[in-house]
Amino acid sequence: MRIVIKNGRLIDPASGTDDRLDVVLSGGRVEAIDRNIKTSAEDEIIDAGGSIVLPGLIDMHVHFREPGREDVETILGGSMVAAKSGFTSVCTMPNTTPVIDNQALVRFIIMEASKGPINVFPAANITKGGKGEEISEMGELIKGGAVAFTDDGKPVMSSITMRRALEYSRMFGAPILSHAEDKSLADDGLMNEGLNSIRLGLKGIPREAEEVMIARDILLAKLTKGKIHFCHVSSEGSVEIIRRGKNDKINVTCETAPHYFSLTDDEVEELMSMAKMNPPLRTESDRKGIIEGLRDGTIDVIATDHAPHSPNEKMQEIEYAPFGIIGLETSVPLIITELVRKNNFSYIQAFAKVTCNPAGILNLDRGVLKTGGHADITIINPERKIKVDEQFLMSKCKNTPFTGRELYGSIEYTICNGKIVYRRG
Amino acid sequence: MNALNRKDLLDIKSLSPEEILLICDTAKYFKDVFTRDVKTVPVLRGKTVCTLFYEPSTRTRLSFELAAKMLSVNTINVPVTTSSVVKGESLIDTVRTLEAMKADYIVMRHAASLAPHFLSKNIDGSVINGGDGFHAHPTQALLDTYSIIEKRGTLKGLHIGIIGDIKHSRVARSDLLAFKKLGAKVTLCGPSTLLPDEFEQYGVDMTYDFDELLPDLDVVNMLRIQRERQQGSLFPSIREYNLLYCLTEERFAKCKSDVIIMHPGPMNRGIEIDDAIADHPNSIINEQVTNGVAVRMAVFYLLAGGTPFKDEENQEA
Repeated sequence: MRIVIKNGRLIDPASGTDDRLDVVLSGGRVEAIDRNIKTSAEDEIIDAGGSIVLPGLIDMHVHFREPGREDVETILGGSMVAAKSGFTSVCTMPNTTPVIDNQALVRFIIMEASKGPINVFPAANITKGGKGEEISEMGELIKGGAVAFTDDGKPVMSSITMRRALEYSRMFGAPILSHAEDKSLADDGLMNEGLNSIRLGLKGIPREAEEVMIARDILLAKLTKGKIHFCHVSSEGSVEIIRRGKNDKINVTCETAPHYFSLTDDEVEELMSMAKMNPPLRTESDRKGIIEGLRDGTIDVIATDHAPHSPNEKMQEIEYAPFGIIGLETSVPLIITELVRKNNFSYIQAFAKVTCNPAGILNLDRGVLKTGGHADITIINPERKIKVDEQFLMSKCKNTPFTGRELYGSIEYTICNGKIVYRRG
Repeated sequence: MNALNRKDLLDIKSLSPEEILLICDTAKYFKDVFTRDVKTVPVLRGKTVCTLFYEPSTRTRLSFELAAKMLSVNTINVPVTTSSVVKGESLIDTVRTLEAMKADYIVMRHAASLAPHFLSKNIDGSVINGGDGFHAHPTQALLDTYSIIEKRGTLKGLHIGIIGDIKHSRVARSDLLAFKKLGAKVTLCGPSTLLPDEFEQYGVDMTYDFDELLPDLDVVNMLRIQRERQQGSLFPSIREYNLLYCLTEERFAKCKSDVIIMHPGPMNRGIEIDDAIADHPNSIINEQVTNGVAVRMAVFYLLAGGTPFKDEENQEA
């Protein structure tokens, strides 16, 4: 059976298309993209009037907690939340228990994900045990289906280990996703170091803890010609260093998360542990720097760093609560509200960060809308408001600083491999 | 100002100058009460206060307990090291248990900044902050303020120096806010590693040079230096700290003759303050402890909805 999407505004960032075009899906592929496609009685017709029709969105940085913490989230549960949030592909981080440093575990993730509605591409560890010492069996991991390497949650503190990882991973074309943080400089801090940390008497993490590692890894990428990608960039200075790396033609890409272009550390006093994540929320000039980095292309990707934590873990003194917030469900609404509406990003500009750009970095043949391509499609009504509350949040864990906010951008349909995996009820 | 219309006492930031003065005025009344022979006033009979100290402290806990007892308030102390807290019970659950036993006030000392603020959002009873992390120690600031007012009548126009480990001091943060709110000029002084530039946001002066500062001060408030800070390379040695920042007899000689010497305690004699200065007639360090009880009585009384005592009553007492 064909699915025909009619009357929508089709946005394909990869080709720069922004036009009134209908889309026909069949057999898990895009059969046709054209004006006024004729439909037959057997076709399932989706009226996308008033909505934008995009390639299925990609979130290249999520934590689904399985194996190990199935009590907070699972691969299947997380996949369903992703589908509801407009994402047809995610890249899962390997800092589970145990960590994903061998082929069997990569296969386990793919097997679990096959029961779910969307495409899950696992990242595997850079180092064995995620200990930052010896590099993992990258060839085996790639064969098992891993698409990238990262010790996310922890930096690779040893420069020689990072050098070897960048050199070795080159063989496979897979990126190293760097959690850039100098642990000794971060010094057990729990929020951005600055006026607010001093005022609240909370230990600060200076921007420089992130920036020195970004500078190091760019230099190592230059040395090795490896492929470096920075996770969750949060500071204006980081953007500036990466901009310079790109100008110097070094193979560097990066992502930021919606909270870094939406919030600042002014929120910590009120929101406490709900505003605690690593790297921490920074200041207004950083927030603006992130937006400018997104605008000029220095920042390639928006990824959520979706990090579920149980209520009792987060309902603690801020110092004891774990780092991290959920992000999938608020990602599109924040992109539309903060970037498109408040900062005049075009849809192409904004949604390239969650479609073709992450696909390019992870070598996925997705994130584009073209005839013959995978039938992954997200349909969004950018004028419809959503309210972030208990009812809206489908995630098992509700650890978000955006509770109570009204945002623009509602997911109308998510279609993955030609199947409707979510439609707004 | 006729009452302190608030549930909690969490920090100085949220208090108005009038509220600070109301607490000080009320403390004056209670000080008269408890320095006489029959020390208790049964104004809060039937209330219950629970002291919950997640950080060791003798003087602050005793001060709160004594203040409560003098108001005929029932007191319970939860010994954190032997309670269910060590069995992994969360703060919220511990305090909800206390609430279920009908505790009216929770006095909490906690090593984590903002813990009392977090608690107050999640329970109904009054939370009194007995010191949280590096963040705030409002009753200390109130008793320091009261102690200065007792000596000088006002803080307006006074130049108050706070000397030592400013960065890790909840006393410094709360003191400077209270002193500024009542019109004092405040200068912070300490080694650069313990005096971050971000303190400029408070509109205070800052200096690393204790010797240059001293002659201009009306009040010298010395902070306790934690020896473990040295291990974090925040200063090279206790010896060097002592050379640069100890209030010695030699330094004291440069002070104004009527200078007031304060210290929140406990003191490291011979490290940040010499014996002779700690015990000098200009030192009000012991009086601060006495005033602490009076100020905490005032805080309990006013949080319970008590109204100011009129002058006549004051005299009768």
